[in-house]
Amino acid sequence: MNPVLKLLLEGGSLTTAQMAQVLKLSEADVNRELDTLKKNGVLLGMRPILNLSQEDSGVVRAVIEVRLTPERGGGFNRLAGRIARFDEVESCYLMSGGYDLMIIVNGASLQKVAAFVSEKLSTIEGVLSTATHFMLRSYKEHGFLIENAAQENERLKVAP
Amino acid sequence: MDNSKFIAKHVAGLPKSGIRDFFDIVAKMKDAISLGVGEPDFDTPWHIREAGIYALEKGKTHYTSNLGLIELRRAISKYVEKNYSVSYSPENEILITVGVSEALDLACRALINPGDKVMYHQPCYVSYMPGIVLAHGIAVPVPTFAKDNFALTVDALRAAWQPGCKLLMLNLPCNPTGGTCDRAQIEAIAKFAVEKDLIVLSDEIYSELTFEGVHTSIASIPGMKERTIFLHGFSKAFAMTGWRIGYACGPATLIEAMMKVHQYSMLCASIIAQEGAIEALVRGEDAMKKMRDQYHRRRDFIVRRFNEIGLKCHLPRGSFYAFPDISKTGMNEKDFAIGLLQETKVAIVPGSAFGENGKGFCRACFATSYEQLIEAGNRIEKYVQNLAKK
Ligand SMILES: Cc1ncc(COP(=O)(O)O)c(C=O)c1O
Repeated sequence: MNPVLKLLLEGGSLTTAQMAQVLKLSEADVNRELDTLKKNGVLLGMRPILNLSQEDSGVVRAVIEVRLTPERGGGFNRLAGRIARFDEVESCYLMSGGYDLMIIVNGASLQKVAAFVSEKLSTIEGVLSTATHFMLRSYKEHGFLIENAAQENERLKVAP
Repeated sequence: MDNSKFIAKHVAGLPKSGIRDFFDIVAKMKDAISLGVGEPDFDTPWHIREAGIYALEKGKTHYTSNLGLIELRRAISKYVEKNYSVSYSPENEILITVGVSEALDLACRALINPGDKVMYHQPCYVSYMPGIVLAHGIAVPVPTFAKDNFALTVDALRAAWQPGCKLLMLNLPCNPTGGTCDRAQIEAIAKFAVEKDLIVLSDEIYSELTFEGVHTSIASIPGMKERTIFLHGFSKAFAMTGWRIGYACGPATLIEAMMKVHQYSMLCASIIAQEGAIEALVRGEDAMKKMRDQYHRRRDFIVRRFNEIGLKCHLPRGSFYAFPDISKTGMNEKDFAIGLLQETKVAIVPGSAFGENGKGFCRACFATSYEQLIEAGNRIEKYVQNLAKK
């Protein structure tokens, strides 16, 4: 695996200057590597993983199961691509099992998400049904546990 | 009343661990970056912790057999055969202990007669010399050197050997040097052990954390199983220091002798830890390898940094310790470490805590986050530059 990519996955929140030090590259080299990863479509972007209450973030999230009519030639691709383009849609996956697409949707309120489903999503030709599940609480986000208090590292400072 | 007169002479005579002195200083300091620990920064992988919880839920709260759970001994037998190419019977050649620490103590007490001499390479883990002395043995240190990447050589063994030596303690890869021996070197040590009729106590607690080449256990060398006690545990590779669980494998007669001491002193290891250990062996390999790979890359980084800073540091082939030579600064290792701590709040351990031969070196544990390693590297660099100006 590309060493810059490996470090991104492992090093969490290192700055590009820190990454340069670890990899013994110049900062410009690291930035160039990151650009190449972006150009190749491997690195889609970077964003913080936050633990915000619903009031603070002003967002409600829902998982929506969508059943579609597949099309000759493209299967689900055209419809999935079309649905994925909505700003409200954060993630969109083709699934095996009882439904076809799972989409994760963000909205400013319950009503806004409901409106998106009833006015935009369900009205697309080829969408057979939707089932919307609102998320109530998060326990883990992208590998980070959400705990009440920041945990102290319990390790001793010096040990044999 | 002077109640110190009640203390047994051989205990009173033991020095306090150099690490503890240092710990007292560091403990008082707020937000120091510590490269002073001897354990992983990872918590135990969750699936292993979960197995411990499950064991409690299922009412596993009782004593186990003195030897330990047979399921665990079977898992160890398989694991050791697969990874170390030596086979031990779960029935009578494996003993579960409270960490490698207890296994070391049992072996010393079961094998050493008062006055027997025990060879061990130095710098070494802080418990070796005291373990020998507490069993009324005489400690015979064998030096290892930076020029050999701290591998143990037969030349050094020969030079240190004296009549009355009965036991040889090995710790490869080594705490604090990260040094280890390749197969040819191990074979040479084995030959020496046979020649001098030594029994070998091989503490291979860091063996999974071997970054270059393959680890060779001396127990796997033909003819050595019968004169070797193989010690291993879960603390380092599986990040299970707090569980206190380890094991000894060896010929049935010797395991039986250790078992006697264990039976009358410890009785058995914690059943919860034994259940966790089974999970670690049966399903823990992926998580262990992931941790090892991370240590590997952090090692490459910190060793390079020490060399850039001008503190010559050999590449430790195993363990999670770097052992840079700080003598070029003109300071001794204690003053260097204390100065570093007081001026930059970075804690490393003076090499002399691991014996005379650690003089001029310091131990830095790289089982910590990149952020901490980067920052520690920068602070050490500044500290060394300032020393040079003085
Ligand atoms: C070489 C060596 N042996 C044994 C131990 C103790 O291990 P355990 O936690 O299994 O008692 C350590 C711990 O630092 C060590 O470095």
